[in-house]
Amino acid sequence: MAATNLVKPDYDPALLIEEQGYEDHFHDHHHGDKYQSSFITHYIFSQDHKIIAKQFLITGIFWAIIGAAMSIIFRLQLGFPEESLAWLKPLLGKWITVNEAGIGTLDPQFYYALVTMHGTILVFFVLTAGLSGTFSNLLIPLQVGARDMASPLLNMLSYWFFFLAGVVMFASLFLSTGPFSGGWTAYPPLSILPQASTGSGAGMTLWTVSLVLFVVSVLLGGINYITTVLNLRTKGMTMWRLPLTIWAFFVTAIIGLLSFPVLASAFFLVIFDRELGTSFFLSDIYVGGEALDRVGGSPILYQHLFWFLGHPEVYIIILPAMGLVSEVLSVHARKPIFGYKAMVYSILAIAFLSFIVWAHHMFMAGVNPFITNIFVVFTLIIAVPSAVKVFNWITTLYGGNIRFNSASLFAIGFVSMFISGGLTGIFLGNSAIDIQMHDTYFVVAHFHIVMGIAAFFGMFAGIYNWFPKMYSRFMNETLGKIHFWGTFIGAYLIFWPMHYLGMAGVPRRYYSFEGFDAFSHFDDMNKFITVSAIIVFGLQILFVVNFFYSIWKGKKVTSKNPWGATTLEWTTPITPGHGNWPGKIPVVHRWAYDYGKDGNEYIPQVLPVSEDESEAH
Amino acid sequence: MATDTALHEEDVHTGSDAWSGGKQPFKASYGKLMMWYFLLSDAFTFAGFLIAYGAMRFSMPTWPVPDYVFSTAPFGIHNAPLIFVTFMTFVLIISSVTMVRAVQEGHRENKRGVIFWMFLTILGGATFLGCQAWEWTTLIKGEGVSVTKNPFSNHFEGGTYVSADELKAAGFIEKDIAHGGDHGHGDDHGDAAHGDDGHGEGDHAHKVNTHYYLAPGTADIPENRYYTKMDHYGKEFAGESFESNTPYLITYHSDGSIYENGAYRSDEDGQIRKEEFGPKAFGALFFFITGFHGFHVLSGVAFLLIILVNVASGLYVKRKNGYEMVEKIGLYWHFVDLVWVFVFLVFYLL
Repeated sequence: MAATNLVKPDYDPALLIEEQGYEDHFHDHHHGDKYQSSFITHYIFSQDHKIIAKQFLITGIFWAIIGAAMSIIFRLQLGFPEESLAWLKPLLGKWITVNEAGIGTLDPQFYYALVTMHGTILVFFVLTAGLSGTFSNLLIPLQVGARDMASPLLNMLSYWFFFLAGVVMFASLFLSTGPFSGGWTAYPPLSILPQASTGSGAGMTLWTVSLVLFVVSVLLGGINYITTVLNLRTKGMTMWRLPLTIWAFFVTAIIGLLSFPVLASAFFLVIFDRELGTSFFLSDIYVGGEALDRVGGSPILYQHLFWFLGHPEVYIIILPAMGLVSEVLSVHARKPIFGYKAMVYSILAIAFLSFIVWAHHMFMAGVNPFITNIFVVFTLIIAVPSAVKVFNWITTLYGGNIRFNSASLFAIGFVSMFISGGLTGIFLGNSAIDIQMHDTYFVVAHFHIVMGIAAFFGMFAGIYNWFPKMYSRFMNETLGKIHFWGTFIGAYLIFWPMHYLGMAGVPRRYYSFEGFDAFSHFDDMNKFITVSAIIVFGLQILFVVNFFYSIWKGKKVTSKNPWGATTLEWTTPITPGHGNWPGKIPVVHRWAYDYGKDGNEYIPQVLPVSEDESEAH
Repeated sequence: MATDTALHEEDVHTGSDAWSGGKQPFKASYGKLMMWYFLLSDAFTFAGFLIAYGAMRFSMPTWPVPDYVFSTAPFGIHNAPLIFVTFMTFVLIISSVTMVRAVQEGHRENKRGVIFWMFLTILGGATFLGCQAWEWTTLIKGEGVSVTKNPFSNHFEGGTYVSADELKAAGFIEKDIAHGGDHGHGDDHGDAAHGDDGHGEGDHAHKVNTHYYLAPGTADIPENRYYTKMDHYGKEFAGESFESNTPYLITYHSDGSIYENGAYRSDEDGQIRKEEFGPKAFGALFFFITGFHGFHVLSGVAFLLIILVNVASGLYVKRKNGYEMVEKIGLYWHFVDLVWVFVFLVFYLL
C-alpha cells in the first residue's frame, strides 16, 4: 500500500454533524447542566461517563502501584532471603522481624498476605475495574454516538461502590492481624475458619465485604454497558458497524453479568459459614488434633462456584485489552482490521467457551478424571478463536504503514505476550501435564504473561491512544517508548525464567526454598527475577510520572482527530463537554475501518457513502 | 436518550432495515432492559445457590422428608403436609396476578386502578412474608431447626418415620422414667418439652415423668443415657404414650450435655439400626435460600410501596409513559415469584 499517494479526507466533522446529524433536543433539556454545576458534581460525584472513566483509571493506577509494590516486597524476600529487609520496618512495622544479627526478614504470614493482596488487587481492582471500567466508560458512549450511558446515576454508583470496596480492602491492610492471607481464590477452610491463619479473621471479613461491594459495582457497570451498546447507538450505527472495542466491552459486560453473581453466591455462603457456623464448604476439619463439629459441606463446591466466575474473569480482563489492541493496531497500521467479522465471532466464541472450562483450574483438586477430559477438550478449543484473533492482528499489521508510537508498540507487544502466554496455556490445559505443572512457577509465568502483562499492554495501548481524548494533551512519546521497551524486555526477563523453575517443579507461593536442595541452584535465577521485577516496577513509576505530568504539561492537542481515526469519538470537540457533541449527534454511514479505501487515507464513519465509492463493507 | 425516531433518513447502503436509534432491538426502553439484565444476573445468583443445594443434597446419603418437616399450620393444625406452604405459594402467585392487573391499568393510564391493584400486590407480598416469619418461627422455636442443627431424622426407604408399633415390634421396651433439671437435656429443649409452664427458679427441680422406648439390650444404660420419645417435629412428649400408626423419632442424650441426634428404626427383617439424624446442611440451606428469597420479597414490597406513593402523587401521570416504573417493578415481582417456584420445588416437593 503506497501510503504517500493517499489523500486525507477533506471534511469538518462539526459542520457535517450540523448538516446531517441527528437532532435529539439534548441541549434543550440540559440548560445549566445539573451534572456539572459545581466542583463536587463535576469532579467527584460526577455522572458524566468521561469523568467516571478517569476516576476508574486513576483509582486503578493507585491500586496498581500498591499491588505492584507488594510484589516487589515479597520478591525481595524470595530473591534475597539473606539480605536484611530491616529498612522496610518503618513501612511494615511488626511484619519485619529483625534477628540478633540485625537481619530483618519478612514475616512468613505477611508474605502470604502480600501474595494474596497482590492477586486480589491486580485481578479485581486494576485489571477489571481499572481496565474495563475505564475504557468501557470512556469509549462506549463516545464510539456508539450516545450522549452518555443509559443510566448515568447507576454509572456513578458503579464507581463509588468500587471506591468503597477499595476503602474496605485498604483498611484491611492496617489490621493488627494483617489482611487476608489465604490466596486470592479464598479457598475454604482458610477463608472460613478464623483459627486457620492470622489473616483468616478480620482480614478475611473485610476481604469478603470488599469483594461483595465490588460485585455490585461490576453489575451496575455491566448492566449499563450492555444497555448502552444495545439501545443508545446513534442512527446508522448497526451492530456490524461497531468498532471492535465496543464489541469487546459489550461481550465483557455480558460475561461479567453472568459470572459475577455466582461469585456473589459463593461469597454469601462463605459469609454464612464464617459468621453463622454453617458448614456449606467445610467437612472433616481437624484443628490441633481435634475434629471440628463442621461436617457435611464440600470445599470442592466452593471451588466450582468460584471458578465459574474465576475463569470467565480472565476473559473479562483480556477481552477489553483485545478490543483496544484491535482498534489501536488498525488505526496505527493505517489498515482496516483484518477479518472484522471473524474477530467478532471469535470474541463471542471465547465468551461462550469461557463458561464451560472452569474446572481446568481444579484438575488436581480431586475432581473426577473423566470430567477433566471434557474440560480439557473445551479448554483446548479456546485456542482456536484465540488463534484466529492473533492471526488477524498479525495480518492487520502485514503490509501496513505502521506508525511506531507508544500506543501501537504496546499493541504489538500485547500480541507478542498473548502468543507467549497462550502457548503455555495449551500445556496447562492438558490435565495429564497439569499433574506435573500445577501449583508451580510454570503456572505463575503462564497467567502473568497472558492475562497480567498482556492485559496491561492492552491497557497501556489504550491509555496512550486515548489520552488526547481524555485530557486534550499527548503523553510524552520518548518516555512512552522507554516505558514500552523497558517493560517489554523486562517482563520477559521476569517471567521467562519462571517457566524453567516450574518445569523443575518449584512450587509457587512458597516463602522460602531453604532446605529444598533440589531447588538450591535456582537461587541466582530468583535473584535475577527479583532484580528484573524491580527495574520493571521503576519503569511503571516512570509511566505514572509521564501520565500525571502530561495531564497538566503535556503537548496540547490541536486538531480534533490527531490519529486520523474513523471512529466517532474523534468528531467531538477537542475537550468534549457533557453530552459529548455540542449540537446534534452524528449519524453513521459506514463501518469503523475504512482505511486506505479508494485512495483516501481514512474515511470517518460520519462521512456519507458517495456515489462512486467502491463496494461498502 | 436517542428516543426520537421520527427522523427517517434513508441510508443508501443498508436498505430499509437501517438502524435508526432508539428503542431497538428489543422495542423496550433502556430502563426496562436494565431490569431484565439485572434479573438475568440475579437468576445466576439463585442458580448458584440452588446448584450448591443440589450438590450438597445429593452428596448426602439421606435427606429429611418435606412432608414431615412442613406439616404444621397455624391454629394448631398438625399432620397437614405442605398445607401451609401451599397457602403461602398461592398468595404469592396471586400477588403476581394482581401485579399484572396493576401494569395493565398503568397502560390504560388509570391511576385509581394502578393504586388498587398495587395495594393488593403489596398485601399479597406482606402476607407471604408474614407466613414465612411464622414458618421460620415454628421451625426454629418449635421444632429446633437452625442453620447448624437439624433434628429431623433421615427418612426411611418407605418415606415413613418409625412408629410406636414398629418400635414395639422391633423389641423396644416401654418405660417411664422420671427425670428433671439434673440432666442437661432438660435445658436443651425445655421449651418444647414443657410447653407454656414457664421457667422459673424452681424449674430445675421439676421432675418430668417421660415415657421412653428403650432399645433392646439397653435397659441397663446409665441413668444419664436414656432414650426420649419425640414426635416428628422434634418435640418431646412428656408423659404421653405413643399413638399407633403415628411416626416418631427416638432421640437420646448421652453424658447429659451432648445432644446426639439419632433415630432407631426397624428393618423389614426386624433388625434395629441406629440412623444418624438428617444432615445439618438441611437447616443451613433452607434458611439461607428461603431467607435470600424472602429478602427479595421484602425489598420488592419496599419498592412497591415507594412506587405506590409515587403513583398516588401523580408523578407517573406527568411522565406519560404508561406507568413504566410500575411495569419495571412488575418484572421484578414476577421474577421473585418465579424463583419461589424453584425454591418451592426443591425444598418442599422433592
